[in-house]
Amino acid sequence: MSIQIEHISKLYNRQYAVKDISFSIPQGQTCGFLGPNGAGKSTTLKIITGFLQPDEGTVTVNGIRVSDQPIQAKQSIGYLAEHNPLYKEMYVREFLHFIASLHHLKSRSEAIERTIEQTGLEKESHKQIGQLSKGYQQRVGLAQALIHNPPVLILDEPLSGLDPNQLEELRELIKQLGQTKTVIFSSHILQEVEQVANRIIMIKDGVLVMDQTQQTESSAGHKTLVEFEEELSEELQQQLANIAVFEQQQSTYILKGDSADQRKQLFKFAQRHQLTLLRLEQRKEALTDIFKQKTSRLK
Amino acid sequence: MMTLFKKEVSLFFSSWIGVISLAVFFVAMALIVFVFPETSVLDFGYSTLDPFFNSAPYVLLFLIPAITMRSFAEEKSNQTLELLRTKPLSLWKVILAKFASAKMVVFIALLATFCYVFVLARLAEPANNIDYGGIIGSYLGLWLLSQCFIAIGLFSSSLSNNQIVAFIVAVFLCFAMYFAFSSISNVPWLVGKSDYTIQQLGLESHYLSMSRGVVSMSDVVYFLSVIVLFWGFTYTYLKSKEV
Repeated sequence: MSIQIEHISKLYNRQYAVKDISFSIPQGQTCGFLGPNGAGKSTTLKIITGFLQPDEGTVTVNGIRVSDQPIQAKQSIGYLAEHNPLYKEMYVREFLHFIASLHHLKSRSEAIERTIEQTGLEKESHKQIGQLSKGYQQRVGLAQALIHNPPVLILDEPLSGLDPNQLEELRELIKQLGQTKTVIFSSHILQEVEQVANRIIMIKDGVLVMDQTQQTESSAGHKTLVEFEEELSEELQQQLANIAVFEQQQSTYILKGDSADQRKQLFKFAQRHQLTLLRLEQRKEALTDIFKQKTSRLK
Repeated sequence: MMTLFKKEVSLFFSSWIGVISLAVFFVAMALIVFVFPETSVLDFGYSTLDPFFNSAPYVLLFLIPAITMRSFAEEKSNQTLELLRTKPLSLWKVILAKFASAKMVVFIALLATFCYVFVLARLAEPANNIDYGGIIGSYLGLWLLSQCFIAIGLFSSSLSNNQIVAFIVAVFLCFAMYFAFSSISNVPWLVGKSDYTIQQLGLESHYLSMSRGVVSMSDVVYFLSVIVLFWGFTYTYLKSKEV
């Protein structure tokens, strides 16, 4: 396992920021860390990086226990903090050189060039960091996390506050990085996670509420919408219920289902009873719905 | 550690505050040594740098907090301390690198004052007839005192995100460590009892002792202990914020 978290808890003023969280992420997986604001995402990520110490539990990164060998563990982690801290008076190359030196890299120039190319900073590399737009500053933040070519990448809200173009570009970059590295990134924006991650871990009030791979989630969360011109009699409704459990919203029936495609059965049902089919649509249950369900359950 | 040291020194000199504070120190000391009538060596009957060594702690009391105030406070307010602490670099190395860089700046400030020695040696009659032993001892005392002030300044800077607060706390602590014990020892009911012991707890008595040109091991050990103590305070405080 690339990242292994076992029963970590963190208390702030007698209140749990993170409570008994355990999960492990295999090598090469891109994991979205989802949760509403104040859920404990940043605290968990800071614990993984070794910046914060958990009150209970252990974190192992690349086989190294963070609390026992923090320096060695930090060598295999690339971390972009939530507010993207940078020395804004430094120039891009100067800053990357500084970070490369902190990692004791031998071929610094090579690493700097590789990272600049990887993050698309070529045009801005001669500028002072403070002069760059937020999107490019975010790239510099990502570049400093990547400079030592770490196997594990931890990104705390990497896409927040970017304009749609910057968002798209960075999203693609993270996807690309996820092909070769273990990436864990946090967000409270569901669509971002859905588009980038192949696994989603959701926490609320410091407690893990969901841990699913995107594949499972997509196959489990289907629903079919069917609308007839005629109103269904009780008998027909019973027959419809045999196909799947449904709920009625005016003339539309929403059938909750598993991975099986119910559209064929519904078409035959309409044909058999000579019903006029106005709409027949299969929808993937949006992550938004799951998010709402999972996070409201604890209220 | 060397990387961070270089970055700190270059950042200090790349800002106007750094250059101005060193220039102010140099000019203020030159005014005290050569211009102000009460302290000017030109009006003395003999060649001595006592006015410089007597006044330097007062100026350093403000100069060093001005140098150290940004070291941790700025890192904390910009959240770049998180950046450093998530790199393979121990907290001790961060503290020592910042200490060394401030030491380097103060060293440059003190180095510039060597020209006063040169001028004094030229003014002496006959030339070079000055107490080199006393001057070396005094410089050593000033150097060790400066390092204590740096350690105190770094600790103060670690306490706050605000550089002004860090500066005020550092000036207060440096002032307290330098004067408070001597002042307390003058309280009438302590005189003749524990006044000497209390006096020995402060920086002033050890500095004055070294200024006489007598370098005793106990003074050196005292200065080093204060430095290590404030390193410890800085480490403990910053570490407590990570727990």
